[in-house]
Amino acid sequence: MAIVKTERHPDLPPPTSQTGVIGWMRENLFSSPLNIVLTLVAGYVSWVALSSLISYAFIDANFAGTTREDCTGSGACWVFIKMRFGQIMYGFYPEEERWRVDVGYVLVAIGLFFVLSDVVKDKKWPAIYLFGFVPVACYILFSGGYFGLEHVETAQWGGLFLTLVLASVSIFVSLPLGIVLALGRRSSMPVVRMICVGFIEFVRGVPLITVLFMASVMLPLFLPEGVNFDKLVRALVGMSLFASAYMAEVVRGGLQAIPKGQMEAAKSLGLGYWQAMGFIILPQALKISIPSIVNTFIGLFKDTTLVLIIGLLDLLSIVKSGTTDKEWIGMAQEGYIFVAAVFFVFCFGMSRYSIWLENKLHTGHKR
Amino acid sequence: MSDAAMTKQAGMDVAIQIIGMHKWYGDFHVLKDINLTVERGERIVVCGPSGSGKSTMIRCINRLEEHQQGQIIVDGIELTNDVKKIDEIRREVGMVFQHFNLFPHLTVLKNCTLAPIWVRKTPKKEAEATAMKFLERVKIPEQAMKYPGQLSGGQQQRVAIARSLCMNPRIMLFDEPTSALDPEMISEVLDTMISLAEEGMTMICVTHEMGFAKTVADRVIFMDAGEIIEQAPPAEFFENPQSDRTKLFLSQILHNA
Repeated sequence: MAIVKTERHPDLPPPTSQTGVIGWMRENLFSSPLNIVLTLVAGYVSWVALSSLISYAFIDANFAGTTREDCTGSGACWVFIKMRFGQIMYGFYPEEERWRVDVGYVLVAIGLFFVLSDVVKDKKWPAIYLFGFVPVACYILFSGGYFGLEHVETAQWGGLFLTLVLASVSIFVSLPLGIVLALGRRSSMPVVRMICVGFIEFVRGVPLITVLFMASVMLPLFLPEGVNFDKLVRALVGMSLFASAYMAEVVRGGLQAIPKGQMEAAKSLGLGYWQAMGFIILPQALKISIPSIVNTFIGLFKDTTLVLIIGLLDLLSIVKSGTTDKEWIGMAQEGYIFVAAVFFVFCFGMSRYSIWLENKLHTGHKR
Repeated sequence: MSDAAMTKQAGMDVAIQIIGMHKWYGDFHVLKDINLTVERGERIVVCGPSGSGKSTMIRCINRLEEHQQGQIIVDGIELTNDVKKIDEIRREVGMVFQHFNLFPHLTVLKNCTLAPIWVRKTPKKEAEATAMKFLERVKIPEQAMKYPGQLSGGQQQRVAIARSLCMNPRIMLFDEPTSALDPEMISEVLDTMISLAEEGMTMICVTHEMGFAKTVADRVIFMDAGEIIEQAPPAEFFENPQSDRTKLFLSQILHNA
């Protein structure tokens, strides 16, 4: 017997129990008795935790007033954060000069918006602006000494401002430097390869704290008398080099994941090494490394708090020193929650951006 | 060396000349004393059992593999370690790979225009017009704005052929261009290659498609264990193979066909 279909079967929608909210819940939350129990327990635990956190941070919290005596409610005393907000944001940057930092933020924000978003297709000018103009402008703005701007010592920089300076400089330096190191590590020239491997392995083999100590305490001992770099610059160099070594390994992973055929196809078309790298290999390698690159960035962002040990007052250390103020003793909880929230906002933002970018760059060749 | 001297006299009619070429992978002797002269406009099919060095040989012609002994002269230029000469040869020699090797992050059109723009310094407009011309020739102009991952295997391979043609190569190398394709897509790629052959392109094609060899090739080369065992025009090669190894190979593949 032969079955012959004379008509094509039409495409039907899937059964309703498989789709929508109900289908999702059935599959993910209530698929078996054990899952039902787990769902209920987890739901109860998170409700308890969240509701007490919300009442502590918002409902029972104190926002009004100027001193700790104004904190009469049972929740958090945000008055502490409010009164010290300027210091938390800018450190000891002179109050009448703080607009310069804000202008710098705006310049960076404009650049980031055009480079990272989808608004303009051709990224040439935004990139020149962000990587060429903005660093110079920010240096002039923040440090002063030009155009009648009063010079502000880096020792006065602090708070979130300092954290952002540390993080963004090390991020902007470590990515290109990491790429160069990764290419060097895979180079066919033995000397280049040895230098890169040596650098990467040495830096990865020591803790960041050691690097920072070296940069701030040891380095001046080796330099000739009278030559002295700014403490912040030393920390920046240390952090950037440290991050580059990690970035190099991340990028190397991406490079190794690109099939050999891509390089062969590029070569067979007559592209040179740098053209092949720049147009074919690196765009793909960096794309697949986005999660790891952002992971490194996030780690780096949080590692900036370690500058505390060489006496720089970043966001965490300035809040910490605020809690030892006798006017505000016992405010550590509020302080640390606030710091955690600020870090979370930045790190979560980076994470979401990387997911968006991955989806945008997805061209259907990977399933 | 007298061979080389003779070809110099023969002049422009020789496209590729390989003289006494040897290659090793570590201790393994992959290619042994390869001698081959390809005239301009000649279509050559290279066949042989897997691991016989067919791909390695044609990959030596554009220096994707390095030979250790002997000479390879492409278009009058001898392949040495001189990077400039290697680049010069690669501009004139197109290559189509078994696994297409399209650039997955670029659209089909950009795949085709990248090398002309950056290697040949062709203006973008002109490169795009050329690319569209060749995409039409391989019958997929409507896919120009898609990414390679959105095309079928046969379409991808045709894009790869178009991409090579955009560089206006004088010689085309095909490295098992249909081996990675589903059976129903093989003919569309072969048709493209046949039409290319009919236009007089110098072609060296490693393939197991004996039908293609019979219709198109001027000469069939049989390789086994790193050596060229036999070469003959297709009619003679298939009707009257000389060596035992060739006979065995032909009986094995034609049995399945």
